[in-house]
Amino acid sequence: MKALLGKFGLMVALLLVSAFMLVGCGGGDSDTIKIGFNIPMTGDIPKVGEASKYAAEMLKEDINSKGGLEVGGKKYKLEFVYEDNESKAESAVNAALKLIEQDQVAAIVGPNSSKQAVPAGGTCNDNRVPMISPWSTNPDTTKDRPWVFRAAFLDPFQGPVAVNFSAKQFGAKTAGVLFDISNDYSKGLAEIFRDEWNKKFGDGAVVAFESHGTKDQDFSAQLTKIVAAKPDFIFVPDNYNQVALIIKQAHDLGWTGPFMGSDAWGSAELMTLCGDDCKGQFFSTHYAAAGAKGDTKVFIDRYTKKYGYTPDDVAALTWDATRLVLQAIQDAGSVDSDIHKERKAIRDSLSSVKQFAGVTGNMKFDAQGDPIKCAVVVRIDENGQFVFAESVCP
Amino acid sequence: MQKYAINIAFFVGCLLIVLAAQFGMVDLYVQSVIMFMGINIILSSSLNIVNGYMGEFSCGHAAFMCVGAYVSSVVTVVLFAQNKIFGAPILPPDMAVLFMPLAILIGGLVSAVVGILVAVPSFKTRGDYLAIITIAVNYMVISGIENLEIIGGSRGFMGMKQVVYAMSDVVNIPWMMIWTILGTVFTIWIIRRFVSSTYGKGISAICQDEIAAEIMSVNTNKMKLVAFMLSSGLAGIAGGLFAHVIGYVNPQSFNILKSTECLVMVYLGGMGSLSGSVLSAVLFTLLLEALRPLQIVKWVIIPLILVLLMQFRPEGILGNKELGDVFPRLKRYCRFK
Repeated sequence: MKALLGKFGLMVALLLVSAFMLVGCGGGDSDTIKIGFNIPMTGDIPKVGEASKYAAEMLKEDINSKGGLEVGGKKYKLEFVYEDNESKAESAVNAALKLIEQDQVAAIVGPNSSKQAVPAGGTCNDNRVPMISPWSTNPDTTKDRPWVFRAAFLDPFQGPVAVNFSAKQFGAKTAGVLFDISNDYSKGLAEIFRDEWNKKFGDGAVVAFESHGTKDQDFSAQLTKIVAAKPDFIFVPDNYNQVALIIKQAHDLGWTGPFMGSDAWGSAELMTLCGDDCKGQFFSTHYAAAGAKGDTKVFIDRYTKKYGYTPDDVAALTWDATRLVLQAIQDAGSVDSDIHKERKAIRDSLSSVKQFAGVTGNMKFDAQGDPIKCAVVVRIDENGQFVFAESVCP
Repeated sequence: MQKYAINIAFFVGCLLIVLAAQFGMVDLYVQSVIMFMGINIILSSSLNIVNGYMGEFSCGHAAFMCVGAYVSSVVTVVLFAQNKIFGAPILPPDMAVLFMPLAILIGGLVSAVVGILVAVPSFKTRGDYLAIITIAVNYMVISGIENLEIIGGSRGFMGMKQVVYAMSDVVNIPWMMIWTILGTVFTIWIIRRFVSSTYGKGISAICQDEIAAEIMSVNTNKMKLVAFMLSSGLAGIAGGLFAHVIGYVNPQSFNILKSTECLVMVYLGGMGSLSGSVLSAVLFTLLLEALRPLQIVKWVIIPLILVLLMQFRPEGILGNKELGDVFPRLKRYCRFK
């Protein structure tokens, strides 16, 4: 009986401890500015969360080592709060609410993938907190949400970029497409690409339009069909881990033609997974790491030195998104001690940013909170570097 | 007094939560954690019918949650919200208040029907083979919805927030909190009634020995059908609540990982223990939230807790007993009937 009561006591204690941990301490110093990060540190895409966190940490060290962010003649220390959203929709909502209610952040950067950014964007918009998603490409993330912005260009822009570039570069008339049907990004982009290509070269110019499921490892059935249709090139808007498999298997099936990819290829991991097979292929993305100039080069060099690998586009976009928030705070002219007024001020100056020079190019926001910026097409060279090939502006 | 003590305590507790939410005594984050707690309670206790009381192994519980979430969302959005696919609302949005529980129940009913997909094969197979069928159902549902372009496919479906706003416009009280609590209470009540009825006894008999049960004139097929349909129907209710709390559903939110979470909650609480699955759902939700700051280390600690639990208490927190059996002194204050 005593043992049982002991167990019961332990259980109650556990419950109480976790309940108290929930009720963290809010508020903070008046000389600090808090920014929340709603990023996937665990789950399906931990590398994305890691890149975001590293980029943010680097920016914070930069500014805090200079005494803080200068707003209206006064210096404010930055405090970044990282919340893990486990790459799950409900966790992203909880993380956003925790940042808003308990940490009292002035603005939120993230979540990265659309599956989390759409619901978290709704939460932020309801609670009137400015949010910038660095990486989400789903139109619903920012649609009819005045408080939500994004730093990445949208698929309706990226699709035509891929169409025009490959038509010119490969002299292609017909295309094959292989995409992931359970990944909304991949599917959306594939459909936009198909429609644009058919518009340009007439119906039926996309000779093969094949899909596969997430976590598939074997693509030979789809690839056999595509290769048999003899397209001039294959468009693969897929995540880097699957791209590596697809390209290898296509080469095994005797495909020698070119591939065209999208921004999801642009991961530091791609070359380790894919090796020689990927060399010489092209993809459209947010920025080119190799051969970058100016601020972009400084950012890449510092990041590489600090963390040991070339920053991928998520790191660069997080860097830009965070700097946009800081820029907006500075543009507002003063920091209001009332967090609600401060959030409003940040939102207002975010929406009226005239021109912002980021490492992923110059941008400003349209009425919907989506950026107007250029895309670049990169080539994977013999050393596995992503080399700038062309820049396409809207 | 003892007879009603637990009901009264329950009622007062729920009322306090709603009042605290209404007057802003707890912030939105804590509120949302409480709502997810309620949803997890429904999930774990409904899975407990199949995995605990009936002794089968279903690991595709999220599929039914997914069906319920989509059906009730589509119903409320079509009826009460402006939507780019379905056009203008059919009914005046004010009526959402009355129709909301009905929509969630419809979601539950449809997923109960989908539950037949698992129930029918269970007439002939059991154990590992049935487990594989349940996983297959989970994949079928997700792929099916991903290929249904009209409800957004893999892009997901949204618009439920408008319905929730419409309810707040009528009377500004925390509606979703109230529906979640009502759903949770309804689930616990119905499972409690179910397992203590003759159906419940029949299901326990199947768990002990199916052939012996059949000889003793238990209609095992009927029992299995009822148990699977009830379990999946309640999961559908959880899904409907989940969709309206978040305001966005995406098929990949209901993948095998979500099913695993449900399984973990059942085995943590103890198979065949209703109070155990309630307790474990609360504990699990709190642990997930409280350990969030630890990031990656969290996924070392939580599985480690599970391993330790299985090592030292393999039957789960409460085993197959109820709270009143484990702590008999509680019976002094209230009767668990």
